[in-house]
Amino acid sequence: MAVEASSVPAPAQAKDQGAARHPWLRVLSTAARTPRGAVGLALASLIVLVAIIGPFVSPGSPDALATVTFVKPSGQFPLGSDFLGRDVLSRVLNGGWELLLMAAAATAFGIIVGTAAGVSAAYRRGRADGFIMRTVDVILAFPQLVFALLLVSILGPRLWLIVIAVGLSHAPQVARVTRSATLDVTERDFVKVAELQGMRSSKVMIREILPNLISPLMVEAGLRLTYSIVIMAGLSFLGFGQQPPAANWGLMINENRIGLQLNPWAVIVPAALIALLTIGTNTFTDAVARVTLGVDRLPEEAVLTDDLGLGRTT
Amino acid sequence: MAVTAAPAKPQAARGEPHPIATLVARRVAAGFITLLVVSAIVFLATQVLPGNAAYAVLGRGANPVRLHALERQLHLNRSIAEQYWTWLSGLLSGKLGTSLANGQPLWALVEPRLVNSAVLVFLTGAIGSIIGVALGAVAALRKDSWFDHITSVTTLAVTSLPEFVVAITLIILLATVVSHLLPAVSLLPPGTYAWSQPRLLILPVGTLVIVIVPYIFRMMRAAMIEALESDYVEMARLKGVPEWQIVLAHALPNAIAPTIQVIGLNFLYLAGGVVVVEFVFNFPGIGQGLVFAVQNRDIPVIQFIVLVLAAFYVVMNILTDVIALLATPRRRIAR
Amino acid sequence: MTTDSAPADASRSRPAQASDAVRLEVKDLEVRIGASGPDVVSDIGFVVPAGQVLGLVGESGSGKTTVALALLGHARRGLHISSGEVRLDGVDLLKLSRADLRAARGARVAYVPQDPAAALNPTLKVGTQLKEALRVHPAAVDDSQDRVLEVMREARLDATPEMFRRYPHQLSGGQQQRVGLAMAFCCRPSLIVLDEPTTGLDVTTQRHILDTIRSLCRSYGVAAVYVSHDLAVVGGLVAEVAVMYGGRIVEIGPTAKVFGEPVHPYTRGLLAAVPSPGRAEVLAGIEGHPPRPGRRGRGCSFAPRCDFVISDCWSEPPPPVLIDSREVRCIRAAQVRSAVTDRPSPQSGPAADGSTPALALRAISAHYGRTLALSDVELQVPPERCVALVGESGSGKTTLARCIVGLHSNWTGDITFQGERLAPRLRDRPREVLRRIQYVFQNPYTSLNPRKTIGQIVAQPLEELLGLPFRERSERAAQALEDVSLGSDFLSRYPDQLSGGERQRVAIARALVVEPDLLICDEVTSALDVSVQAVIVEELRRLQRERHLAMLFITHNLALVRSIAQHAVVLRDGAVVESGPVEQVLEHPAHEYTARLMADVPRL
Repeated sequence: MAVEASSVPAPAQAKDQGAARHPWLRVLSTAARTPRGAVGLALASLIVLVAIIGPFVSPGSPDALATVTFVKPSGQFPLGSDFLGRDVLSRVLNGGWELLLMAAAATAFGIIVGTAAGVSAAYRRGRADGFIMRTVDVILAFPQLVFALLLVSILGPRLWLIVIAVGLSHAPQVARVTRSATLDVTERDFVKVAELQGMRSSKVMIREILPNLISPLMVEAGLRLTYSIVIMAGLSFLGFGQQPPAANWGLMINENRIGLQLNPWAVIVPAALIALLTIGTNTFTDAVARVTLGVDRLPEEAVLTDDLGLGRTT
Repeated sequence: MAVTAAPAKPQAARGEPHPIATLVARRVAAGFITLLVVSAIVFLATQVLPGNAAYAVLGRGANPVRLHALERQLHLNRSIAEQYWTWLSGLLSGKLGTSLANGQPLWALVEPRLVNSAVLVFLTGAIGSIIGVALGAVAALRKDSWFDHITSVTTLAVTSLPEFVVAITLIILLATVVSHLLPAVSLLPPGTYAWSQPRLLILPVGTLVIVIVPYIFRMMRAAMIEALESDYVEMARLKGVPEWQIVLAHALPNAIAPTIQVIGLNFLYLAGGVVVVEFVFNFPGIGQGLVFAVQNRDIPVIQFIVLVLAAFYVVMNILTDVIALLATPRRRIAR
Repeated sequence: MTTDSAPADASRSRPAQASDAVRLEVKDLEVRIGASGPDVVSDIGFVVPAGQVLGLVGESGSGKTTVALALLGHARRGLHISSGEVRLDGVDLLKLSRADLRAARGARVAYVPQDPAAALNPTLKVGTQLKEALRVHPAAVDDSQDRVLEVMREARLDATPEMFRRYPHQLSGGQQQRVGLAMAFCCRPSLIVLDEPTTGLDVTTQRHILDTIRSLCRSYGVAAVYVSHDLAVVGGLVAEVAVMYGGRIVEIGPTAKVFGEPVHPYTRGLLAAVPSPGRAEVLAGIEGHPPRPGRRGRGCSFAPRCDFVISDCWSEPPPPVLIDSREVRCIRAAQVRSAVTDRPSPQSGPAADGSTPALALRAISAHYGRTLALSDVELQVPPERCVALVGESGSGKTTLARCIVGLHSNWTGDITFQGERLAPRLRDRPREVLRRIQYVFQNPYTSLNPRKTIGQIVAQPLEELLGLPFRERSERAAQALEDVSLGSDFLSRYPDQLSGGERQRVAIARALVVEPDLLICDEVTSALDVSVQAVIVEELRRLQRERHLAMLFITHNLALVRSIAQHAVVLRDGAVVESGPVEQVLEHPAHEYTARLMADVPRL
């Protein structure tokens, strides 16, 4: 195998500028410049803006019983009223930030726990690996929504509990992905070089391995964020998230379903906001994945070969 | 003079079924253990954690006599391990107990729901898989064409949406606001079977199909493209093999294995998605049953349904692994 | 030079004689990136008569694989064949319609790929793939089953139903390559293009395959183009050779002439870099690296690295000229031809003294799980000496190296370093011991952390093993880089900006910055081109002498052993078959395995 090359193999771009410095920034900015990335980023940013600034520009209070139920849109109530007669526009503007905050928190929790588990499992191998991956299997046996439902059913819909439940349900998938990526990295000789220099295991994991996991981690974080929003909204929709009379986009959709014929906007607007947000985050994540993995690979692919259990897990 | 080097991996040649059999056995064993642990977690979570479950059901100001009776019914006066064992052995021997909400025997309550959800899931799985595989293959073959771009972008958007958004959209389009072609909610009373009114299946199945097709599409497309750009396909082109033969005989077999895995993963995803969709359409399946049970703190029902879902996941996992293994490039076995 | 296929008349004028039936004629072939991007190869032209093999020689980036694929009218993704002719028996393949081209591929022109494992579909049985070409081109033959069995026998494969039923991963590398050969000869094509078909095979298998190719070509009057980076292999096989550099053919002519009396500076430099198993000599590499497409400059693409360069070389690419029955692109060909190639012998180091060996292995047996990897190995490395550990792939040499250094701990026996026994596990060894034994890995693309600068990489062992403060680390790192002839501007660069040879030098600098007593080099040049390999080997030799290092040099390349080591140990299937001074082991081998290896090694 004589592969001496002045033409260096992948990653192809940025060869001339030293791609390694702050790679995540470079990847993000490259992704933001692709058509998908630009659209995704714009969409997501827009909705986030609405959610954060909303409460400050809301024309009225989200809780005030301002008018009759299910009034059609008019000058005073641009989006009409909901099933209790509250102003839909005000409720919509106030109903996003808590959802976003909880989703972001759950994502962060899941990523941190999952990465720690995945990297340790892959690097330490042996018993630690087996134990961690069996635990992963157990948690994975619960569909994410059902897992959260289970905890909610006992302890009640406390918000911090939901965040932890959803975050915990993300951890296994993150663990799988980071484990797979770590196995790849650990096979590379520079990790052995560090060991030969007497480096402690924890230092090897943090200084040598982790910086090389940035690409798959970024993609995974994007995916997890999207799913967090989906699940949080779903839980709220089912009535297990924020409780009435809170303004919450998911909750609003369910509450106002009965009045679809009368004032569909009470359902359509929050639904559209959630949809645009998740489309935005997912599209941007896809753009990032294309930049880091190449145009036709899927981030999910990295996990599948491992799933089979052949060659690596068993 | 025939020079024959010894084959590299004789054991794989001789005992081909064996690696698969041992792997399956190992997986099944692991599955059992997983289920056992899951059952323990479910049990602990629902009966042990929140303090007295009887309190939870009856509320704080409950009559002490009724409290006591309920405690005895739930075996709460015995040790945890005993309780777990009673519950587990009861489950395995078919004595599922009764629902706390309405006192009915569990199985009678849950069984029709189970069947209905099964119909939903498998119908969706079949239809969705076929559509996803077909679209994905075509998109890969017509890579970078308008078809490819449109399907790729559409599936990317759809895959981001929560199921209830898809469901609501379909309702708005087909059942209430835009047109009235289909019923928005199913008027099936709980306890009846779904096929008694097939029209009511259309929207729920449609929603779920829309939700899972993108995943299967993307995986199929990616796997096909990887196969079509592989070295062995290049070699086949250099041998003069016509393109259609390359697709059928070279690319497809290699693209199938990862796609099967994704299909399996989707069944798991369906198990969760079913909850929301059934709720939206008032469909009498176990998803709706779970939501009601949680609203009513109906512990035995919660326990049972969650366990069923977990068992479903484990079985699907083993199944898809085995199928993918059979279809998988054999080099993975040798390694 | 063992070529029984060399034509009787060594001086052939170009083009070929009218008496030889010309199978393949290539004219002005050009391949570009995209429809109008920079050219990858251009002005490619040669002629191959029936029954003859033309060698296409070059290092990475020379464009030889691009040319090989173009002979079948194929270009990799993103590349386009923009102009030229590829005439096979008079028919220009590049002008054929898609359907006609597809019909020609496999039937009239066939391709044998470099990596047989990747070229065979892992989900299809071997038999299916062998018969595929015949199924697709039914007119080629009457009875396909007969033909398949015939080609399998010719390629020296077991022509049994059992072989038909096997899957590619169940075959050894040599068998896979033979399947590739058999597939190519199935339809009895007029032209066969072989792309480095013996890379990665052990020398004995390699020799068998070369014999097979030669006899098949002769028996069936098939023309062949053999692409390779290995000059010795090519020299033993082909009558005519074309040397490629920077996308052009820089010299083409009879093998004996081109390799015996090169007239292009690149050919000359390349030959000086090829080690010979027959003599110990100083290897002379070529500094620098080849230019990528689009960066080849206005003049001769070799000018930046040329010893004979003059100002005229920079203004325009040199036109082909005829000199001494060869065609060459160099305006100074005459001077190159008369330049004397000086191949000095390396100066021998100080006489060995009988002091304690730096490293001594006794009765080392190692396992991977239940499989035995090494059995009862004895080995000694005297201080300030270089011992070559030679073996084919699978012989256990890397396992042995890993045991010595502590990366593999499942072994029994004694490893003594400077008189002290070494603990099997890396973790159980004191820092000082870790510092004194350093290791350089084979693959320069994975041994440097892509997220760190070169400066950080080289300074790291100073931090971990010696605990030096920042300022001192930086100074020593800069010094270490200078010692391997890399300037201080490399300190802030990242690995992906360096070529393979430069990376390997960084790896060596990193190993030497802590001033070890023993350096273990594990196939450190196997992933590099010949010209770069020579540079690295010479650097290592110099550094070993200057720093009085003991060195264990692991390689499968017997020829290289001569140029760097004083002692040789031959390993086979985990056991030592022979050891002793290099001249003795190579010239007068005591064991028949060594003798066979030496006989099978291709030589120029």
